[in-house]
Amino acid sequence: MATLQTQTAARFMMAPAVVMLLVWMIVPLGMTLYFSFLRYNLLMPGMEVFTGFGNYEFFLTDPAFFVALGNTLLLVGGTLLATVVGGTFLAILLDQPFWGRGIVRLLVIAPFFVMPTVSALVWKNMLMHPVNGLFAWIARGLGFEPVDWLATLPLFSITVIVAWGWLPFATLIILTALQSLDREQKEAAEMDGAGPVSIFFHITLPHLARALTAVTLIETIFLLSVFAEILVTTGGGPGIASTNLPYLIYIQALLQYDVGSASAGGVVAIILANIVAVFLIRMIGKNLEA
Amino acid sequence: MRLMPVLMGTCAATLLASQALAATTLTIATVNNGDMIRMQKLTDDFKAQNPDIEVEWVTMEENALRQKVTTDIATKGGQYDIMTIGTYEVPIWAKQGWLVPLDGLGADYDEADLLPAIRDGLTYEGKLYAAPFYGESSMVMYRTDLFEKAGLEMPDAPSWDFVAEAARKITDKPNEVYGICLRGKAGWGENMAFLTATANSFGARWFDENWAPQFDQAAWKDTLDFYIGLMKDAGPPGASSNGFNENLALFQTGKCGMWIDATVAASFVTNPKESKVADKVGFALAPDNGLGKRGNWLWAWSLAVPAGSEKVEAAQKFIAWATGKGYATLVADKEGWANVPPGTRTSLYENAAYQEAAPFAEMTLESIKAADPNNPTVDPVPYVGVQFVAIPEFQGIGTAVGQQFSAALAGQITSDQALQNAQQLTEREMKRSGYIK
Amino acid sequence: MAREATRNRKIAFTAFAWLVGLTLFFPILWTILTSFKTEGEAIATPPSLLFFEWSLENYFEVQRRSNYLRHAMNSVVISLGSTGLGLLVAIPAAWAMAFSPGKHTKDILMWMLSTKMLPAVGVLMPIYLICQSLGLLDSRIALVAVLMMMNLPIIVWMLYTYFKEIPGEILEAARMDGASLGKEIVYVLTPMAVPGIASTLLLNIILAWNEAFWTLNLTSSQAAPLTAFIASYSSPEGLFWAKLSAASTLAIAPILVMGWFSQKQLVRGLTFGAVK
Repeated sequence: MATLQTQTAARFMMAPAVVMLLVWMIVPLGMTLYFSFLRYNLLMPGMEVFTGFGNYEFFLTDPAFFVALGNTLLLVGGTLLATVVGGTFLAILLDQPFWGRGIVRLLVIAPFFVMPTVSALVWKNMLMHPVNGLFAWIARGLGFEPVDWLATLPLFSITVIVAWGWLPFATLIILTALQSLDREQKEAAEMDGAGPVSIFFHITLPHLARALTAVTLIETIFLLSVFAEILVTTGGGPGIASTNLPYLIYIQALLQYDVGSASAGGVVAIILANIVAVFLIRMIGKNLEA
Repeated sequence: MRLMPVLMGTCAATLLASQALAATTLTIATVNNGDMIRMQKLTDDFKAQNPDIEVEWVTMEENALRQKVTTDIATKGGQYDIMTIGTYEVPIWAKQGWLVPLDGLGADYDEADLLPAIRDGLTYEGKLYAAPFYGESSMVMYRTDLFEKAGLEMPDAPSWDFVAEAARKITDKPNEVYGICLRGKAGWGENMAFLTATANSFGARWFDENWAPQFDQAAWKDTLDFYIGLMKDAGPPGASSNGFNENLALFQTGKCGMWIDATVAASFVTNPKESKVADKVGFALAPDNGLGKRGNWLWAWSLAVPAGSEKVEAAQKFIAWATGKGYATLVADKEGWANVPPGTRTSLYENAAYQEAAPFAEMTLESIKAADPNNPTVDPVPYVGVQFVAIPEFQGIGTAVGQQFSAALAGQITSDQALQNAQQLTEREMKRSGYIK
Repeated sequence: MAREATRNRKIAFTAFAWLVGLTLFFPILWTILTSFKTEGEAIATPPSLLFFEWSLENYFEVQRRSNYLRHAMNSVVISLGSTGLGLLVAIPAAWAMAFSPGKHTKDILMWMLSTKMLPAVGVLMPIYLICQSLGLLDSRIALVAVLMMMNLPIIVWMLYTYFKEIPGEILEAARMDGASLGKEIVYVLTPMAVPGIASTLLLNIILAWNEAFWTLNLTSSQAAPLTAFIASYSSPEGLFWAKLSAASTLAIAPILVMGWFSQKQLVRGLTFGAVK
């Protein structure tokens, strides 16, 4: 009796969230799908006609599309690599006893709270600027020609900026996992004569697997849609060297005002994101069962 | 006698109304160039004259502004009551019926005083659809001290060859002096404004009479190679992300020998409060190649009212204040004549006090007169516009081509690749829009 | 001897850790320092670290130009509003999933998380046009709603992992005592769930505060939060390093301080409970 009652109650309690998310998903998605089959340019109102797969053809044959796809993957992959490796290193460092640990910890996690527009502007102007930036000053002091970071290495520079913001996130999670590591196990291994390297690979790393999965999943969700950093620093350029998929669609929608092909691009992006999502969700799902 | 109560009633009603509503609020979208920032600071003067109107500013960088106002007007978003737009948008938008004709600017506005070239650009079917806040062409600004040191003399109407030679001679990279600063930041209103105007003087054009893109022609290759070669030898590092404001900062801090850009910059580089080189700046017309066209553009940042606005009357009051003769006097009183927004009114150029205070006045006027939007290129073209092509598709195409040229400047691709890509993407868009088969 | 070695080791680690910490923090530190310089000093070579004339002028200039307080207020309203509403909807849902799991609970959870994978650009145009037709462009309401929907999956998921930790026996005991559903929630669950709710709240405030896609594309002035306020400095007139720094400092200061105070609570929230 009670169970049945609770079951019904439970449904009622879940309903608002589920219904809202369903509406949130279906309405805009349906509109995007509908627009993607229309020839629809905001600048030419009243000329909307059905074009079948014309917009998809136009978007997918854009030479920029595959470049953007590659850039998206490089950006996600590069940032993940940097934050996971860097985060593990930092977490191990912060796990050691030293003076002022609390303060150093605050310093390390600070970048996570900086909004993307701010971090992009600060890096672009005050650090990476080839004339007035700090890096240029250091380079000149050491007798080198200053590097024009955002023009010559645009994608790398953006990866650095994004990774700087996400490094604290990875560090914090890995650190938390590290602190739950069984000290006795480690000490026993030390007694057996295992060096720090072998302890790291045989005991620490396996223990961190779950944390690393969580970092990968959560970061991927956010990194697939990096936008503000690109908008503020390079505007996708030079050329299309730092255009990722979200930015390419944004250009179609809000610079060319071509709602039709932007929507087709949106549908493509959604499909691609779902392919990634299936893998990731399986991964985390398994991890959570355990 | 019976009038009194009525009058008092009206007064009370007006008072009540203005208190209750705290008046009309105008939201004005504008670009963050120096003259607009100054206007923003002087808003109190307008409010003093119109206590029932509140003013709300939305100041954005040029590309962002364009994107916001265009989206807003195309979707009838109604977020802004006054928009800052230029000579590119006005005819297109007026044709679409997106703008309100400005017929309520008041008796003392003196429309006939506006410079003809500028007024024509803002008029559609005989009606003024936007009021010019400042007008500009482009010209050469150069450092007299550096030219003297190098033993060079700048002619009033230099050729590109001379400019290139002088730029290379002045460059002193170890001391952070770069011979020439030019726009490189991608955007149809940024690097493409400069490059299209320059290409005109090299005999290039965007489209032939049948709307076929012309990036595969030699004249464009000459233009781009000249520009990239010059910037490589004599330009500042990071040029591919420099727009108007970035170059202004470089010139003001004494890092550029020459700068070819908007005439409106003249008052900033000669202002001792902002510029380290204020007393060492000379001016010359934009260069040419002996083909009969100079590389200067024509533009007017103007204020317009979107159709469907419910605050047309208040908006026109503001526009009349900001672009009228009174505003010039106001700026002159507060900041000196040299800082008055230039390039809109004949009366300003006839004003002795202005001529005295603004050494660049004559060159500005000459430059504006030298630009011909209806006949911009050496070979005939089907479009209007000096540094732009007045069709709705141009914003997207211009910016995409700008990205390619910016990449070529950054050394990411060769100029041949950039031109090939530009040709390809322009063809794609023009086919999609039905201009060509 | 051994003690000496430990001590030396500690000194070495201290030096190294501080070096790393300061390096990572440097961009923020540099921004804060630059905000107190004049424009000339801000780009001076060699740059001065501490020995310059400290001045507050940039902060006044920034406020004069763009009304910081309003943008900050918008940020507060939008992040608190979206998170608060999200919690209101998510708490019952997560509670139900945690304590009366059905056959499809796991699937529903996975589906919710998968909506988070939808790239925002994919639905930019529809959302923009919907807001436009409802007259909600540049309004806080639109942003509160959109950001709430963006973060709802995360909120549900986080709460679910917290609630699952609450031992079921306690509930059983309460039910035995004849507590009603309402009482069960108010007297038994709430006290145990507060820490989890608090850290969910914190994390989502931070996410909403820093969200920079919808806030940039759906606002212009009235409702523009701090992300948009900063974007207006992306290419300003003339020299602006110092003003940019002041604006940046103002934009990150509130959330940075909050984040520092609540870092302990954040950690668990960040991992969706996957790491303890």
